Amino acid sequence: MATIKKIKVLVTKVGLDGHDRGAKVVSSLLKEAGMEVIYLGMFQRPESIVKAAIDEDVDVIGLSYLSGEHLIFTPKVVEEMRKNNVDDVLLIAGGTFPAEDIPAMEEMGIDKVFRAGSLTESIVDYINDHVEE
Amino acid sequence: MKKKLSTGEMVSRLLAGDRRAAARLITLVENEMDDHHEVMSLVYPYTGKAMILGITGAGGAGKSTLTDHLIGKFREQGKKVGVVVVDPSSPFSGGAFLGDRIRLQSHSQDDGVYIRSMASRGYLGGLSRATYDVIRIMEAMGNEVVIVETLGAGQDEVDVIHIAHTCLVVVTPGMGDDIQAMKAGIMEIADIIVLNKADLDGTDRSLRHLQGALTAGSFEEGAWMPRVVPTVSTANKPEDLQGIDELAATIAEHQTYLRKTRAIDRVRYDRVEQELGLIFKDELQKIIFKGLKGTGKKREYINSIIEQKNDPYSVVEEVLNTYLLPWE
Amino acid sequence: MNNQKGTETIENREKGSTNDDSFKNLSGFKIKALYGPEDISQPGREADLGLPGEYPFTRGIHKTMYRQRPWTIRQLGSLDSPSKANERIRQLLQMGANGISLCLDMPTIMGRDSDDPLAEGEVGSCGGVAIDSIEDMRNLLEGIPIDEISINFVSNSQSSVILSMFVAVAEERGVPLEKLTGTMQNDILKEYQAQKSYYFPPRPSMRLTIDTLSFCNKHLPRFNPISISGYHLASAGATPVQELAFTLANGFTYVEEGIKAGLSVDSFAPRLSFFFKVHNDFFENIAKYRAARRIWAKTIRERFEAKDRRSCLFRVHTQTSGSSLTAHQAENNIIRVTIQALSAVLGGTQSLHTNAFDEALSIPTPRSEKLALRTQQIIARESGVINTIDPLAGSYYVEALTNQMEAECYKYFKEIEDLGGVISAIEKGYYAKIIADSAFSYQREIEKGERIVVGLNEFFEEEETDIELREADPEFEREKVSDLVALKENRDQALVKACLNEIGEVCQGSDNIIPYLIKAVKSYVTLGEIIGVMKEIFGEYREDSIY
Repeated sequence: MATIKKIKVLVTKVGLDGHDRGAKVVSSLLKEAGMEVIYLGMFQRPESIVKAAIDEDVDVIGLSYLSGEHLIFTPKVVEEMRKNNVDDVLLIAGGTFPAEDIPAMEEMGIDKVFRAGSLTESIVDYINDHVEE
Repeated sequence: MKKKLSTGEMVSRLLAGDRRAAARLITLVENEMDDHHEVMSLVYPYTGKAMILGITGAGGAGKSTLTDHLIGKFREQGKKVGVVVVDPSSPFSGGAFLGDRIRLQSHSQDDGVYIRSMASRGYLGGLSRATYDVIRIMEAMGNEVVIVETLGAGQDEVDVIHIAHTCLVVVTPGMGDDIQAMKAGIMEIADIIVLNKADLDGTDRSLRHLQGALTAGSFEEGAWMPRVVPTVSTANKPEDLQGIDELAATIAEHQTYLRKTRAIDRVRYDRVEQELGLIFKDELQKIIFKGLKGTGKKREYINSIIEQKNDPYSVVEEVLNTYLLPWE
Repeated sequence: MNNQKGTETIENREKGSTNDDSFKNLSGFKIKALYGPEDISQPGREADLGLPGEYPFTRGIHKTMYRQRPWTIRQLGSLDSPSKANERIRQLLQMGANGISLCLDMPTIMGRDSDDPLAEGEVGSCGGVAIDSIEDMRNLLEGIPIDEISINFVSNSQSSVILSMFVAVAEERGVPLEKLTGTMQNDILKEYQAQKSYYFPPRPSMRLTIDTLSFCNKHLPRFNPISISGYHLASAGATPVQELAFTLANGFTYVEEGIKAGLSVDSFAPRLSFFFKVHNDFFENIAKYRAARRIWAKTIRERFEAKDRRSCLFRVHTQTSGSSLTAHQAENNIIRVTIQALSAVLGGTQSLHTNAFDEALSIPTPRSEKLALRTQQIIARESGVINTIDPLAGSYYVEALTNQMEAECYKYFKEIEDLGGVISAIEKGYYAKIIADSAFSYQREIEKGERIVVGLNEFFEEEETDIELREADPEFEREKVSDLVALKENRDQALVKACLNEIGEVCQGSDNIIPYLIKAVKSYVTLGEIIGVMKEIFGEYREDSIY
């Protein structure tokens, strides 16, 4: 008799930007949706994000972006995941992006991009549908 | 799909110190998956040597920043450190917001430190049992010190702290009245009382209160007398920190005491007894409910109690007689 | 959610229109179906309204308001490199803007030079300009009449250094300091409360803010040394009434600190200015401005015993709400910005920045920036709203809301006071928690459909946004870094070292630091180097509370 496995999501911001409203609000709403959120906060580097993701055995890494740093940091996080053979964790990103950057981010290895103003509902649904038991 | 390694293979990687194997095995025992027992049987021979340090106290007392500094001290001694941080789950959604890692950032790049956040979700076997298993896995991973941090709210969390060899209770000045109220509880579990934020007003008064409470307590001849250590764990400059070295020294002193007086044997005996009790309680319940499953009896018993045709004690006696005694 | 469901929600709302609970503003006040004389007739409060230009200035700080001079149209003029930003400023001035706001890039905001390893990938980010050395300030201001137009530096933790560079360039160009107008945001308190771009603990940061204030007080009498900003509090999630209360409480704290530093209240209070955000609720916003003017005037006169009427004037710059803009159906943002801008004008703002409609997608394009500017010009020149002063005064609703805003504000003041004042409340995590809670409630209302965002949770359409976007320049960062490296190689290293040592010493004492910083920047000491030395002395701040 196993308990229902909880989905674990790591939420964080990469780089120097300190706008953490989005990351905090999404974290709280994911918690309300019954998920366990590991909140790493702001000013993180790719290495510490991936290490935390490994230690915590999370199902999802969620990166919050604001200032246009997504094209710089996304490849670094993806590369760090690859180096550590983290190939079974969903990588999602949320924030302010030009439409044309979304295919580029997906090409780099983001599984799903949520643009500013998306409803959290869509994030919750996506995670529930894509995290495998 | 998470990669499937055999349980045995995962355990041998764990024993080699592999953090991904540790992470996976912890998830497995946390979720009480089917091979949970097998994992624990394989892991058990490699446990029992680590020093287990418990840290508890109210929210905002500074437990995580203290933990962060203590990790640093143990790392200076070349010891590998595992940390379990327990935080409450939402009783409504079952979700949790686990943010303590933010305060444990000094070691985010150190491979000798393994940190795991745990939500206090409704574990079938109880929070303490799940935590005990997580600690065992961290021991088997090769960590010489395992720190367990809990919010110290509720019996469940006090039980968790019971597994620790050395238990720190963190309080802050101005908690004067709370300290009065907590006195009995603190005396029971604290080996060391940390008076954190000792740069705030009211520090001296709190210090007197705590020391007064301790000297008023009665201790057996030669027994460990709980110490009070004032600290300042949050400072903008390292040189403004206070009491961290003293705290580390007091912890070491308590460890020496445990070994010298052979009190550690008693501690270990108590811990295993408690662990065993928990597992018994849990497994027996599982066996019984499994036995009742599909018979419609469970509902019948519950309804008979509600309708006051029966009482819980008589029901338990009857069930035990039916399902357990024949096996004797 | 689809269109059909959206229509249903509207019908339900119409049917349920007698339900009082569904009508509330962003501050959570329940709004009545009708307001009348009984809502504003509080005996003894007639004097609270007064006339425009008269104490307590509820109806505006000027007798003539926009009839004599419309508000300042102040648009953002920053762009990755100082020389590009310079080009952009010239364009904006030519298009009719008469003030400029300048944003810094993320590394500069965080006190790091462009060649700092942690700056990699973020040089020129966020639509901000990278300022490492005096050379950048020279390029930025090249050919711009700094004695004629006012420049608003959106600079906070690094303000003392940015001001020193500005002053140094003015001196080089022979512009008398007393002619310099403009504003340094320099509001450190809201950094700890919301914006999170801090380096040092609150108390040494406050000292740098007050050093800047004192220096301006003495040498730049027309320059606003602090712009006390509610905008960022609101962006982080504070409701309008929280924005109002926290901003004013911060303002009073600066006044206290200025007085503690030996300045007389009337010598610097007239140069304190404010920065508000205008959110979607039209009347709530207007009431916020009116209440702000009244509370500020009363407190400055009664508590701080100011004699000069100019000390009592709540002068405010406004920006429309970036966080109310949506990426979906982005053109809808043009309408949002227009309504918000109109509300700020009716609230009596002194200057206004209108957001570009494509901001939720990316850094704005020249076309969307021009549209934002034209929005203000249409309001000013076509709508007729400037023909009379404070046209909404006497509205039962607006006056009642103004009074309610004021009353709620004092409740927050009491809470802050009980925690031991603003800095102590920061250290106790008061703001972080309240603001996060408000942000969460707001988002949850949207998620549950209790608060409607057109095009998002109602009238949603699947769409591919097809909007022209500005290209980023990947070469820029490389060039900026190599220029800086060259600059650092070709300077008098002994002088640089001496300046840095001197700054370290001054940090440990109590001298005003600005003259030492001016000397240092003239010797090509960089912003990152200065902040680095200060960190060694002051220590670095880490936020203790998460929520």
